[in-house]
Amino acid sequence: MRDKIIHAIFDDEQDVLTVVKDLKDNSIVVNEVYSPFPIHGLDPILGLKETRMAITAFIYGCIGLSFGGLLIYYIMISGVGKSWPMNIGGKPNSTFYHNLPSFVPIIFECTVLFAAHLMSITYLIRNKLYPGSKSKSPDPRTTDDKFLVEILYDEDKNNIVRLLEKSNVTEINEKDES
Amino acid sequence: MNKLDNINMYTPNKSLSVASLVMIIIGLFSVAIAFIFDNHAAWTNLLFNNYFFLGISIFAVFFIALQHVAEAGWSIALKRVPEAIMTFLPYTCAVMLFIVVTAVFHFGGNHIYHWLEDGIMTEGAPNYDKIIAGKEPYLNSMFFLFRSFLYVGIWLYCAKKLRQISLEGDNEGDIGEKSHWKGLKVSAWFIVLFAVTSSTASWDWIMSIDAHWFSTLFGWYIFSEWATIGFTSILLLALLLNKQGYLKYLNDSHIHDLGKLIFAFSIVWTYMWFSQFMLIWYANIPEEVTYHLERIELENYRFLFWFSLAINFIVPTLFLMSRDAKRNKSRLVFVCIVILIGHWINSYLLFAPGTLH
Repeated sequence: MRDKIIHAIFDDEQDVLTVVKDLKDNSIVVNEVYSPFPIHGLDPILGLKETRMAITAFIYGCIGLSFGGLLIYYIMISGVGKSWPMNIGGKPNSTFYHNLPSFVPIIFECTVLFAAHLMSITYLIRNKLYPGSKSKSPDPRTTDDKFLVEILYDEDKNNIVRLLEKSNVTEINEKDES
Repeated sequence: MNKLDNINMYTPNKSLSVASLVMIIIGLFSVAIAFIFDNHAAWTNLLFNNYFFLGISIFAVFFIALQHVAEAGWSIALKRVPEAIMTFLPYTCAVMLFIVVTAVFHFGGNHIYHWLEDGIMTEGAPNYDKIIAGKEPYLNSMFFLFRSFLYVGIWLYCAKKLRQISLEGDNEGDIGEKSHWKGLKVSAWFIVLFAVTSSTASWDWIMSIDAHWFSTLFGWYIFSEWATIGFTSILLLALLLNKQGYLKYLNDSHIHDLGKLIFAFSIVWTYMWFSQFMLIWYANIPEEVTYHLERIELENYRFLFWFSLAINFIVPTLFLMSRDAKRNKSRLVFVCIVILIGHWINSYLLFAPGTLH
């Protein structure tokens, strides 16, 4: 059971990339990397699964497209459009496809609105970021200019420290799992 | 020089050179036949085909300039491809100038530009057109000639300079920083000048065919088309060379990036197309709406009009949407070929309804 933690702090994201690769090569468990911004190329080194956000974006976009189409169909053609026909710019409003050019912006905006908002909400829920949720970052400096690599280990601490000291590490903090 | 020793230069093999030569001769022969049988259609076809390849070659210059200005490093793996494409620019520019000069002097029955006819701007003449006469300060033959030569001059100068600087960088020995700063200077000037000249060139050479009609976003519409076919050609050639064992630094990420650009610019093109179409459709002003009526109501253009819109938008959007699709070479080649055909049809529709009355 790996229950001891080392927090290694770096000043530059390139150092993080090399050190994580080094640790992984020596089969040391890197639990998490905390960074002020996304580091290009870190995901494959950490072995993270590819995001499925794109699939949700497509699904939400399709929902938005259908919703926008139905909405404008109800307002302009079938429901409200029947009982209160609106003549805008002299365009006929008895059929959907004759008016399609003027409906495209509304349908497009609905697609974007649904995709963007539902994706943001999905992202927040998946990361458990509710109002009042506590920060998971062990060190507040990772929101400013420091990069933190969290290493889990059981024994063999010296090997890890030796590997870290070869790199441009600025701080090594040891913590026990609470 | 030792850095370059392990990079093999591309030399076309014999059968390809012979095939190209045969194609050139067939091409020249068909142009000659076209001029004998239908003079008017021949000028239109020459102009629209030349416009298509001019777009591809001038966009290659823009691509190189953009990489310098953005200080982008990724494109170095395929930089020679757009550089090779831009060496074609002098030919397309020469044909363009040939068409412009013959149009101004009505040589060889070139009547593509209706507003260049004699007497169209003189009051009392039988073919006097008040609206065209009102545009005389801009649309007059001398200014038209001057502008055409100016665009071609600027474009060719910058293309030549950028190519020269790139070759200098090869021999610099270092990482080529000196040639980069030199290239940055030329590129910045080119982008500023191209922003203006690409718009005005498309007004002069394309929009003025329908002299009564105008569209304020026409320059961007043409630019987005140039961008789409430009990226498509760069990617197609890069993939072809890569398959033959050249461009060994080209990896999936480069292809993915170009795929993203093709995807994005196809949508930009559609956005421009639709913005132009919808405003004209909604406002329904006679002198604007005739442009689209010619293309939608006439039997010979209706199918092509909707067909080119459909394949230029739907094919890249659906086929290149996911990440894996943009890294799949055979799918990219399929989409690239479809887009090139689609934009070729679309460029036919930019010219033909206006010139072939």
